[in-house]
Amino acid sequence: MRLHRPPPVAVAGAVALVVGCLSPWATFAGFPGKMSLGGFPGGARLFCLLLVAGAVLFVVDVGGRRRAALATAIGATAVVVVNLVALVDQGGDIGSVSWGAWLALAGGGALVAAAWRLPSGHPPPEEWRRRPAAIEVAVLATGLLALLGAVVWGLEIEESSRFVSFLVFLTFSAVALHHLGLFSGLGVLFNRYPRIAMLLGAAVAVAFPFTQQGNAYWIRVFASIGVFAVAAIGLNVVVGLAGLLDLGYVAFFGVGAYVGALLANASLTTVHVHLPFLLVVLLGGCVAAVFGLVIGLPTLRLRGDYLAIVTLGFGEIFRITANNWDGLTRGPNGISGVPDLAVGGFDFGASHSLLGVTLPGFANYYFVELVLIAGAIVVFTRLNDSRIGRAWVAIREDEVAAAASGIDTIRLKLLAFAIGAFLAGAAGTVNAHVTTQVSPDSYTFLESILLVAAVVLGGMGTVPGALLGSTALFVLPEKLRSFQDMRLLLFGAALILVMRFRPEGLVPSRRRRRELREEAPEGVPGLAGATGAPPGGPVS
Amino acid sequence: MAALLEVRDLHVAYGQIDAVRGVSFDVDAGQVVALIGSNGAGKTTTLRTLSGLQRASGGEVRLDGDRIDRLAAHEIVARGVAHAPEGRRLFPRMTIRENLDLGAYRRRDSEVEADVAMVYDLFPILAERRAQAAGTLSGGEQQMLAIGRALMSRPRLLMLDEPSMGLSPLVMRTIFSTLSELKTRGTTLLLVEQNAQAALGLADSGHVLETGRIVLSGTGADLLRDEGVRKAYLGED
Repeated sequence: MRLHRPPPVAVAGAVALVVGCLSPWATFAGFPGKMSLGGFPGGARLFCLLLVAGAVLFVVDVGGRRRAALATAIGATAVVVVNLVALVDQGGDIGSVSWGAWLALAGGGALVAAAWRLPSGHPPPEEWRRRPAAIEVAVLATGLLALLGAVVWGLEIEESSRFVSFLVFLTFSAVALHHLGLFSGLGVLFNRYPRIAMLLGAAVAVAFPFTQQGNAYWIRVFASIGVFAVAAIGLNVVVGLAGLLDLGYVAFFGVGAYVGALLANASLTTVHVHLPFLLVVLLGGCVAAVFGLVIGLPTLRLRGDYLAIVTLGFGEIFRITANNWDGLTRGPNGISGVPDLAVGGFDFGASHSLLGVTLPGFANYYFVELVLIAGAIVVFTRLNDSRIGRAWVAIREDEVAAAASGIDTIRLKLLAFAIGAFLAGAAGTVNAHVTTQVSPDSYTFLESILLVAAVVLGGMGTVPGALLGSTALFVLPEKLRSFQDMRLLLFGAALILVMRFRPEGLVPSRRRRRELREEAPEGVPGLAGATGAPPGGPVS
Repeated sequence: MAALLEVRDLHVAYGQIDAVRGVSFDVDAGQVVALIGSNGAGKTTTLRTLSGLQRASGGEVRLDGDRIDRLAAHEIVARGVAHAPEGRRLFPRMTIRENLDLGAYRRRDSEVEADVAMVYDLFPILAERRAQAAGTLSGGEQQMLAIGRALMSRPRLLMLDEPSMGLSPLVMRTIFSTLSELKTRGTTLLLVEQNAQAALGLADSGHVLETGRIVLSGTGADLLRDEGVRKAYLGED
């Protein structure tokens, strides 16, 4: 590997950044991370310092180093800027910013300028050199563990400014690693060892509750994400695979939730029946699927915008019906007091101790959801790789041509609708137990839009995309809580940014990438190898 | 012996507008039949109705004596009628190979691979570009792929809608020499064309459509000699 002599500007910038990150950023005490003290990289300064590591790229000659160096430099600068804003906001004026921050800002600027002038050089290798299987699997496992670590680390961060800094750090590190070809390499490994990758992903997902040291908060959030993720995978069958925009999808989730609540003998209910849970899950899915067929039969002859509007109408009909059918749904009060699940004497509500870690009740639901997600993934990937999946793509591309090629378009679209609805319904039954109550206002148009957003944000037509998208949609609003009214604004801004710079979603399918980036040359490094790959880690 | 395809008094309407008004003709097995006519004469509508993409408002279509005018498009494909629709309508982001595979969607036999080789043999340029997205092909290559995709269902009747549309004379000649190659292999063709010269040169019989009706029928050679046809469609005074 050839080494380069780094330009003086880069050296000066890197030194200024390191010194700046070890110096005080605040003139007042009380800013998170002891920012008024120097000598250690407390608070968000650590993220800035870690990004300085990208300066190594000025010396080492690897493919894609210009863009990667640029990403880390911009990232480090962005962390400083985020904290400048937060410091001024909390301290009241510009005087609350100490010299360390200014030095770091200058250093960041110098690094960006130096990286800008780097030669473009050669692209990263498209595929890694093959190594012994054990090493490749170890790399895969390390990648997934790093993901778990990042999630656990991020969740522990309490303060908003620090969390935003963390997000900036994570985003720009990911962009840099992406330009160095890490993700496409990992994607290749994922496809090379799909089963092992799946198992590793499952193991990491199972490990997540054990990292929370008995703290229920995030496990509860992830228990909510889990049901949402199953529904998102279901919606991904409809939107991502078959290309049918469904804006009323949450209704199927709602149908499942009502089935689950009504058949669990809740304390405030209209039906006093208690069926075994496994039966209820299947029943909820089937009832939702029947609804899917009933809506689908008359409407699936419509295309595009028209179908979207009709499904939107159906979503509203469901909500309004649930709101007014007092005899069954108890109207706006809903069904409440849904008991915790109990399967064979195992109480899902109680916390259990395992391997010396106390797992709160929500962990039990989380584990059940993992099983559901695994099931959904199997359904999804099998369909995607099948003749049916190919026919769906054909319908998405050109319905007339698909029909002329002998594809029964109506039946296949109905099938997509029914499968999507089934998954949503099954997820809904679990959700009834997680939230302990089911009422019409949980199934609004906004929820449908959020589900569509999760699928589009994550990447249409891929499972990791749906998982990542639903996680982001839940965790970000939780984490941005202290921005209060600004929360949805920031969230919207994040969506716009992702769609602007990565229209194919965070984890796109290979084909979708081709659809949206037709002008891009072949062999662009990316996450493209992750088509239909199993999920990566605790995002489930 | 009954014809392979019988069209009897076919009517097709788009709302209030009658596009096809009582069209009747036969296609015998092994024959090449051309429907010619100007824009809006009802040629494409006729073809779309035969392949089930459009509903007939009256009349009958029989394949081997069985009514097919009430069947859905995919069922008609299953009975051995393939349609390369107007404007080619490929799956633009799929590769050439994937397009061909979709043409064989209804087949479950083991000879699909042999037929792919047959199509590549017919159009060697497609073999060269097999991994390329169909949308990146030139117009002529797209038309070749459209014909190839239709052939992949092993049709007993292949219907082509304006294979010469938008092609240079040179490319068009290539396409038509392939069609005549298909003819010598015994493929039954129903061809819709504005380019009467090329179509009638190939066809065993032809029908001239005007505003939804057949105004003239005859063998390809007869029609080519017909003065009215020469004036209207071959630009001669």
